[in-house]
Amino acid sequence: MKEIVIKADKLTKKFGDFIATNQISFEVTQGEIFGFLGANGAGKTTAMRMLCGLSMPSSGSATIAGFDVYKQTEHIKQNIGYMSQKFSLYEDLTVKENIRFYAGIYGLSKPVIREKMNALLDKLQLRAEENSLVKSLPLGWKQKLAFSVAILHEPKIVFLDEPTGGVDPVTRREFWNLIYEAAEKGITVFVTTHYMDEAEYCNRISIMVDGKIEALDTPHNLKTNFNAASMDDVFLQLARGAKRTAD
Amino acid sequence: MMYSCNWHGALNERQTDMKQFIVFVRKEFRHIFRDRKSLLIIIMMPIVQIILFGFALTNEIKNSNIAVLDNAKDEASQALIQRLDASRYFKVTQYLPTQADIERAFKSGTIRLAIVFPQGFRESLMHTNHTQVQLIADASDPNTATTVTNYASSILSDYQQEVNGNSSLPYTIKPQMRMLYNPQLKGAYNFVPGVMAMILILICAMMTSVAIVREREINTMEVLLVSPLKPLLFILSKAIPYIFLSLVNVSTILLVSVTLLEVPIQGSLLLLMGVSLLFIITSVSLGLMISNLTKTQQEAQMFSLMALMLPTLLLGGFMFPIESMPVPLQVISNIVPSKWYYHIVKDVMIKGLGFSAVWKESLVLVGMSLFLLGISFKKFKTRLA
Repeated sequence: MKEIVIKADKLTKKFGDFIATNQISFEVTQGEIFGFLGANGAGKTTAMRMLCGLSMPSSGSATIAGFDVYKQTEHIKQNIGYMSQKFSLYEDLTVKENIRFYAGIYGLSKPVIREKMNALLDKLQLRAEENSLVKSLPLGWKQKLAFSVAILHEPKIVFLDEPTGGVDPVTRREFWNLIYEAAEKGITVFVTTHYMDEAEYCNRISIMVDGKIEALDTPHNLKTNFNAASMDDVFLQLARGAKRTAD
Repeated sequence: MMYSCNWHGALNERQTDMKQFIVFVRKEFRHIFRDRKSLLIIIMMPIVQIILFGFALTNEIKNSNIAVLDNAKDEASQALIQRLDASRYFKVTQYLPTQADIERAFKSGTIRLAIVFPQGFRESLMHTNHTQVQLIADASDPNTATTVTNYASSILSDYQQEVNGNSSLPYTIKPQMRMLYNPQLKGAYNFVPGVMAMILILICAMMTSVAIVREREINTMEVLLVSPLKPLLFILSKAIPYIFLSLVNVSTILLVSVTLLEVPIQGSLLLLMGVSLLFIITSVSLGLMISNLTKTQQEAQMFSLMALMLPTLLLGGFMFPIESMPVPLQVISNIVPSKWYYHIVKDVMIKGLGFSAVWKESLVLVGMSLFLLGISFKKFKTRLA
């Protein structure tokens, strides 16, 4: 039995009368790639923010790496990584400076930073660009770099908020190779996405509609249960009932 | 298990904090030094302002054109006209033939002042001991009008005293004037402290707020909020580079004013730097406040200009005297930090007073800083919602 690293129980967030996430419950185990799907405005981002300690839940409970989202946000922060689709590296700093900065923020020591930086630059084949400003890199490279930086401190869980938005299919495939690699090392990956082909790459998927989790299973089981040929079909069957349309 | 929760192991919390702090401050300096244009503006702005205020914008009024309507045309009137023309304040450009020409001259906008000598000017002056000269000024700009009539009157009274010579009037009061602290009546003594207040408020408050709001705008804020970085460290790291740059600015302003404008530092330099640092901290606190109230860099900039620049200029006391404002404005001026700093700098730098003279004003600044820091720190969103 693998360790449960994310556990949400009836987690709810209200903004006034509006219930952004409505009593969602699920568990994610260590090393799992957990896909978090839903149309715009379904409540994905709100749920993710609560799990990261960025937003206080209205009710319900959740633990991340065994720590409570209400009281132990400082411990949670030490154990998670985060990357968002809206870009999160500093464009006016070089590749190396960005790596050093984020590693430093997580308190990594200098020799560790140097070692990890070298390994990372080799892996992403960024050696030639190590002293270039990040703004001069193509978007796909930036995204891969941002992901690698987000897991540089070897967190237990990494949260990815639509990480591959606007990236071409080939780079997306490469990006997912990085995700698999991280998962194999034991890092749990919690990822929101719009792309249904990406959903197929996940170990398990939850689909949110109007703030509730309507389905949660492996891609294969979901397709069987909904009698669908592809994840697209599953998603459309569920999303058709949605009342909310946009963010 | 390949990960441990506390992987930095040996480092205790304080060491980690210190390291994060250094890493962050280094990054902030990189942002600043990489943006050469802004850096140049920050460094050059005080020098340009000092030079502008020092040489271009002076409140002395020199070389005003005046017109003369001389109905007397005698020795006395001629002597006076020559005197006026010889002074550095006036240039006699027109001799008007009739009374009606005066208004025409003003309407054409070529003169600031007209002087009318009555018929038999010298006769009256010598024999009846009583005569009148009419000064007509363009009061559409009241300050200038008052100043030029004052200049003219003083030239007239100088002449009068000379004519009287020893056979002076039986009763005369002759005022003896001494201009303390600024014997040459230099405008620089007034605006150097003013420019210091303005530059510091601008650099510290605006730049700090923009630097914080920028992280929000480019979405790196979220990543930082998810990281173990403490909010206090974040705020400090943002402020430190601008505090440093502001101290550089204070030094340049002082250097330029001592060497170029010949405004000496009468009091203790240490005290002056100390109170400047205090004011810098107040300004940074204001910047933090603004960063909490605004969402984009432009908003932060506009807000800083409107909420800091204008009050500093209008109610800081160095452009317009606060004593002559309506009471409500006088009351409001008390919440403008620059007013207090301006007071302190004038006392220390120009009058050479010590800490005992400025502790009250300093205390006000300390109070303001604590109040603002308290609010911003409470409002600083470690959670986004």
